Order: sequence, then structure tokens, then C-alpha cells
Amino acid sequence: MMSSLIKKIGGGLVMAMISLFAHAEHQINFPAPVTEIGRQVYDLHIITMWIIVGIAVVVYGAMFWSLLKHRKSVGYKPATFSHSTALEIIWTTIPFIILIAMAYPATKSVIAMKDTSNADMTVKVTGYQWKWEYDYQQDGFKFMSVLSTPRDQIEGKEAKGADYLLEVDNPMVVPVNKKVRVLLTANDVIHAWWMPEFGVKQDAIPGFIRDTWFKVEKPGTYRGQCAELCGKDHGFMPIVVVAKEQADYDKWVAEQKAKAAAAADTGKDRSKEELVAAGEKIYAANCAGCHQPHGEGMPPVFPALAGSKIVNGPAAGQIDIVMNGKPGTAMPAFAKQMSDGDVAAVITFTRNSWGNKAGDVVQASEIKASRK
Amino acid sequence: MEHGHDHHPSGIMRWVTTTNHKDIGSLYLWFSLCMFFFAGTLALGIRLELFQPGMQFMQPQTFNQLTTLHGLIMVFGAIMPAFVGFANWQIPLMIGAPDMALPRLNNWSFWLLPVAATLLVTSFFVPGGPIAGGWTLYPPLYMQNGISGDMTIFAVHILGMSSILGSINIIVTIMNMRAPGMTYMKMPLFVWTWFITAYLLIAVMPVLAGAVTMMLTDRHFDTHFFDASGGGDPVMFQHIFWFFGHPEVYIMILPAFGIVSSIIPTFARKPLFGYTSMVYATASIAILSMVVWAHHMYTVGMPVTAQLYFMYATMLIAVPTGVKVFNWLATMWQGAMTFETPMLFSIGFVALFTLGGFTGIVLAMVPVDVQLQDSYYVVAHFHYVLVSGSLFTLFAGAYYWLPKWTGHMYDEKLGKLHFWLSMIGFNLTFFPQHFLGLAGMPRRIPDYALQFADFNRMSSIGAFIFGTTQLIFVYVVIKCIRGGAPAGDKPWEGADTLEWTVPSPAPYHTFETPPVVK
Ligand SMILES: [Cu+2]
Repeated sequence: MMSSLIKKIGGGLVMAMISLFAHAEHQINFPAPVTEIGRQVYDLHIITMWIIVGIAVVVYGAMFWSLLKHRKSVGYKPATFSHSTALEIIWTTIPFIILIAMAYPATKSVIAMKDTSNADMTVKVTGYQWKWEYDYQQDGFKFMSVLSTPRDQIEGKEAKGADYLLEVDNPMVVPVNKKVRVLLTANDVIHAWWMPEFGVKQDAIPGFIRDTWFKVEKPGTYRGQCAELCGKDHGFMPIVVVAKEQADYDKWVAEQKAKAAAAADTGKDRSKEELVAAGEKIYAANCAGCHQPHGEGMPPVFPALAGSKIVNGPAAGQIDIVMNGKPGTAMPAFAKQMSDGDVAAVITFTRNSWGNKAGDVVQASEIKASRK
Repeated sequence: MEHGHDHHPSGIMRWVTTTNHKDIGSLYLWFSLCMFFFAGTLALGIRLELFQPGMQFMQPQTFNQLTTLHGLIMVFGAIMPAFVGFANWQIPLMIGAPDMALPRLNNWSFWLLPVAATLLVTSFFVPGGPIAGGWTLYPPLYMQNGISGDMTIFAVHILGMSSILGSINIIVTIMNMRAPGMTYMKMPLFVWTWFITAYLLIAVMPVLAGAVTMMLTDRHFDTHFFDASGGGDPVMFQHIFWFFGHPEVYIMILPAFGIVSSIIPTFARKPLFGYTSMVYATASIAILSMVVWAHHMYTVGMPVTAQLYFMYATMLIAVPTGVKVFNWLATMWQGAMTFETPMLFSIGFVALFTLGGFTGIVLAMVPVDVQLQDSYYVVAHFHYVLVSGSLFTLFAGAYYWLPKWTGHMYDEKLGKLHFWLSMIGFNLTFFPQHFLGLAGMPRRIPDYALQFADFNRMSSIGAFIFGTTQLIFVYVVIKCIRGGAPAGDKPWEGADTLEWTVPSPAPYHTFETPPVVK
């Protein structure tokens, strides 16, 4: 009804914007914070905006008054004054005082944000092109977190889901009401870990460790994104944090520990079919971004794997590149990122797909041996 | 007046070999107009892809190349050369000098530009395409560029050289060639702002050249300035880059302040309010601009004391900037205003630049900036400062001085249409981006979550309105060159600077006998 009314009036842009603001789904402020720091940031922004509104009323008020009254077309005779020391002192000192008033609460928040001491737990987060690794070092497990939105949704072949581009396969999980210290670094280029609801953003810099912290007050699923341009798929490396009650969190930790133990067991060989099936998924999550879903690559930057000399050559050569990367190119070293089983599966998959005829099978034990 | 006959080559060689400040000013202006349309087209590519969620028109890598080259070319190819063009045309005319002090250097400063532009534009056709890591060139990402990475570094070197030579020329001209009686504190404010800008350029362009040279040796000669695995630090690049980059922002806005300070008194028919405080405010902004660079880096993880220092210093800039806005308002106050196109663009500038200043204060506050850093809020903020700031004043200046340059009045109706459509298109493009940033949309992403769709669509529609509107400007300029009502020496009732004492169009040589300023 609202929209038909506007159409009748004539679809003025101003009205269209007002109707948009009236809609609850069009968020025009920060998302509702769920941490103490987030709340401080939220409040600071609101206070600042009100001060700005006050100044704006004075400045634009004077301006429009002048534009309306002091025009030649209404016969106004120009004054000749060109300075006023009193006025100039006033409009230098008043802004100065306002700024000091704004700096005071801001300073308090900065100090609180930087205080990472006395944390209840620590998680090391590493940015990779283009995924995040969450390492729960105290509990002895880690995992990769990759965008889980299907390619077909991105390419418009399938309807987009509610959490389009803001969903991952393995979210970070934290307990509520615990101070979580996050250690940030990166493997390749600079990334930034941004969680709007927490009021947290921290760059992840290769070769350096930075830290930040948060204490979530409400169980729930929170979504953010990498905020520092990190190459081709910068827009496709979201961050999802699930905050759980302590008991649920403990259960989750136990599950992760069991999974990690299973993955470390490289004793038994798998069949070619098992390896290819497992490898296909790993390929889609880790490799297809550059080498493309069907191994066609994007030459010259990202070489094709279909028909590639390395993929069709001896397995040792391919294992070397996957494990150690190729310096000077975007090909990263996967030795630290992936388990032996996953590397074995993805290599077997590529050697038996898209017309590649190597035909052989690479087992986790061979990858383990290559780590020496 | 026997010197009226000119001995300069005609045709293309006139422009290649010219040492005349007016010819060179025109070259700069035409060059920047071409670059403006090239980089503007790239921006429309960006907005086309962002019109709706999903990837429709290009690969993510191509998108990153568009954002990167849009930024680089707008800054170095469009805005900066345009202001140098104004400096070339107007500084000698406004200080009563016959030409720039170093005419051959002037020719060379200009002809470096097409070389750099060629490097940037042809990088679209080399293997791997142009650079894709953003105009800020941050390593280690920059190292992943192909040959275009080296082409861009050389382009930056050449552009830097051009800027430094141009600045030396401007400083020498202002110091030595003012007409008798024109003391420093009698110079028009446009001359003052360029005088200060030229010093800023000389101070910071070599720093940028140093930073990209270090990157070049990192790429090819096995140094590790910015590579942690070799003992370097990628964040050091950011410090060096922004030591250049923040003053660069003021390099693009101080001459704009000068243009507006010429236009508003003219159309208010009242002297500029607070001339002295304007000069001091400009100088303090320039000095402060060199000690606030790390406010672009609040999220890199600096010590708390460094964050606080950069926050306080940044907030301090609001004081002299506020003084300027208040002075323009006081100039308008109780004037007898008329609203020709130059005045419209100047008022648009004051109104919207103030808005960009407000969001600047929001961004100066560390805790709030941590949220907004690298979000669309920042994109909105700097476009308010650079488009409705710098670009609008370039239009204002062009309309203001076109009658002097061509001898004809431009088409006032079309000029006003250009202003109003620009106003609507610009605000429709960039105002909603504030909301996108607040809601959590990162900048430099080719695709976005569904809750950002409506504001992005609005923004894209605005961008196409704004972009196509600029064709009106080209039409008005060409029409004005070809003909129109004769301008007379002084087409603007309230103007009182020296350029209005010479005929229109300004003869090839002016002020061969210096005027005397009382
Ligand atoms: Cu990233």
C-alpha cells in the first residue's frame, strides 16, 4: 500500500528513500552488538552522530537562511565586512572543546579494546587465500573454515539461500560469557578478521601475530567477512562464529577431538573410489577457486590441471607441488593446511578426472613419508 | 603592444613543443578529462557488477582490476593533473606574471603524463591483465601481480617525477614572478593554496617513489623490505604509503579550497571573509596532514599509545577545516548572491564536503573506525571528499574561467542541468553506501550478501545517472569553445582578481608589462 501511494505521488526519490528507511529490513545502523566492546562502539557512534546532527543544524541552517535571504534577486544589498576576530576565536575554540568531549569516551574504549589480558581461552586464527583456519591449540585440534555457498548460487543457476556468501562448512565455536583471546596471523597475504556484532576487526598479517578479544553474551550464530582485500576471492571468505552455552561447547570440543584423532590415523589404505569421492569435495573447497571446477584453470595465472604434465607425470612431482607450493605464484604449500589423508585424496582425484590418465592411487602413508 | 605577433609552430608541433603556460594548462585539462572518462567507465563496470547479488558480468579478478585502476587513474590521472592545469592557466594570470618561471620544464612535466598513462592503460593487454590489489598497492598481495606490477611501479615513478617538477615550477613562479606590489598576503587564495600544495607534493612524492622502488627490488632483486620471511615487515609499506597517502588527500583538496575561495566572493559580491585565517588554516591543515597517516591503519594492531596519538591528531584537523567552512558561510552571509553554475557547484561543494568532514570525524574515532575500516562507509566518506569535494570544484572552476579561456559564455542552462543531475546522481550513488558500511558490507568485494541488495541497486542507478551526466559537461565545453555570447574582459560582476583585467579570450601572451598592484 505504501509503495502504491508513492507511485501515485510520482515516485520522488526522496520519498522512495524514506519508505526504505521505514522498512525494518533495511538496516541503517550498526547491527545489534552482543559484546561489551560492541556496545561501547555502538553508543559512541550514536553520541557522535547526535553531536554531528547538532552542528549540521547550525551550519546548514545558516547556509540555507543565507541562500534564501541574501540573494541579489530579492534586492539584498551586500555588506562589506571581511573579518571578525571575536567570531573567528569562537568558531576555533568551540569545535576544539567539542572534540575533547568526544575524545574522552573514545579513549576509554580504545584502552578496553586493546586489553587482551586474563583471557579464559585462546584460539589461533590464520588467514589463507581464501579461507580461515581455527586452531584450538589448548585442546589439540584445528580445522579449516571455507565458504559453503554453492557455485551455482553465485552464478545465478540456482536460487540464493538466506545466508548467501555468509555461510561456511565449519564455523568457529566459542562458549558464551568467556573472554576469548584471538591470535591472528596469515599464511600468504594480509587478511582481516571482522565480526560486526562483536565490534572486532583485526588484520591478519603474514609473519606476525596480532591479538584481539571478545566475550559473547548471547548464544547464537554470528556472521562476518574478511575485510582486507586479499586477492581474487576476497569477497568469498566469510567468518561464522557460533556461540554456545558452556555444556554444548564442551560437547562440541569432545567431538572435534575425536575427529582429529581419526584423521591422524593414516594406517589403513583406501580404495580408489573412496579416495576419488573424498578428493572431489576437498578439491571443490580448496582448489576449484583457481584451477576451476573442471580443472580447466585460468591460464596464464592459474594453470589447467586437465591435461597437465605434472598431474599426468610421476606422483612424486605432484605431491611436491601440493605439499610445498610453488614460490612466486599463488600456489600455496598445503603441507601445513591439510591432513595426509586429504592431500592423498585430492591428488588421487585430480589424477583420475577430466581425462587425466595417470590412473594411479596415492595413499595417506605416502604423504606422511613425504613429510620427512 | 608591437609584440603581438607570435612565432610558434602550428598544428601538432605547437602542442608538443609549447612552452606557453596557457597551452600547457589546456593540455593538462584535456588529458585529465580523457582520464576522467576512462576511469569513470571502469567505475561503471564496478557498479554494473554490483547492481545485483551474484556474479553476472565478470570474474572476481577482473572486478579487482577495475577497482584498482579506477582509483589509481582517478587520483593520478584525472584529479591531480586537472588541478595542475588550473595552476598553469591561472597562477600567472592571477599574480600578473607573463608565464611560468620555467617554461621548458613545464612542457616536460606535462609530456611525462601520457607516458605514465600509456603504461597504466596498456597494462590491460599484458598477460594476467592490470594490477588487482587495490590502488594502495599493499604487499604481499602486490607481489602476486604479473608484469603489470612492474609497469605500474614505473608509471608511479614517472607520475611522481612530473608532479615534483610541476611543483618546483609553481613555487619558483609564485616566489619570483608576482607583479610589483603583490605581497604574499595579497595573493589570491587559489595561489596560496597551490603554493602550499606544491610544498606538500615535493615532501611526499619522493616517499611514494621510495616505497614502490623497495617493492620493485623485493620483486626482482631478492630484497625483503616487506617480506616477513626475510626479516621485513609488510606493515612498514603501509606506514610509508600513508605517509604519502594522507597528504595526497590534501593535495587533491587544498587547490579546491582555493578555487571555491575565488568563486564564492565573486557571486556573493562581498570580499572573502577571514582571508588571513584562511591562509593560516590552509598551512595548518598541510602540516597536520603529515602527522596523521596511521589513521588509515587502525586495524593493523598498533600499540594503544600510537592509536591514541593518531586519533587525537586526526580529530584536530577538524578545527582548521571547520574554520574554512565557517569562513565560506560568513562570506555568503549578507552578500547579494546570484546562482550561476560556478556558484552552484561551489555551494554544492561546501554542503557536501561538510558532510564528508562529518563522516571524517566519525572515522577519526578509533573504536568506531575499527568497525568501519575497509567497509563501504569509508568508500562513501572519501567519495564525498573527492567527488563532491575536488571534482565539483574542478567543474566550478572550469565554468568560472571558461569565458576567460575561450572568450565565450558557456550555455548557462546546460551548466545548471549538469549541476543538478550531478547532485542527484552523486548523492544517490554514495549516500546509501554509508548504510551499507554500517550494516557490515566490506569494500572491494564483487558480490555481496542479500541484505545489501537494495542499497546497492540504488547506488548503481545513481552511478549511471552521474556518469552519463558528465557527457553534458563535454558538450558544454565544446560548444563554448566554438562560440557563444562574447564574454568581455570581466563577465562576472563581483570578480576582482587580475585575470579579469586582460581581454577574453586571454591573448597568447599576457602581462608582458607587469601590472602594478596597490
Ligand atoms: Cu582475506
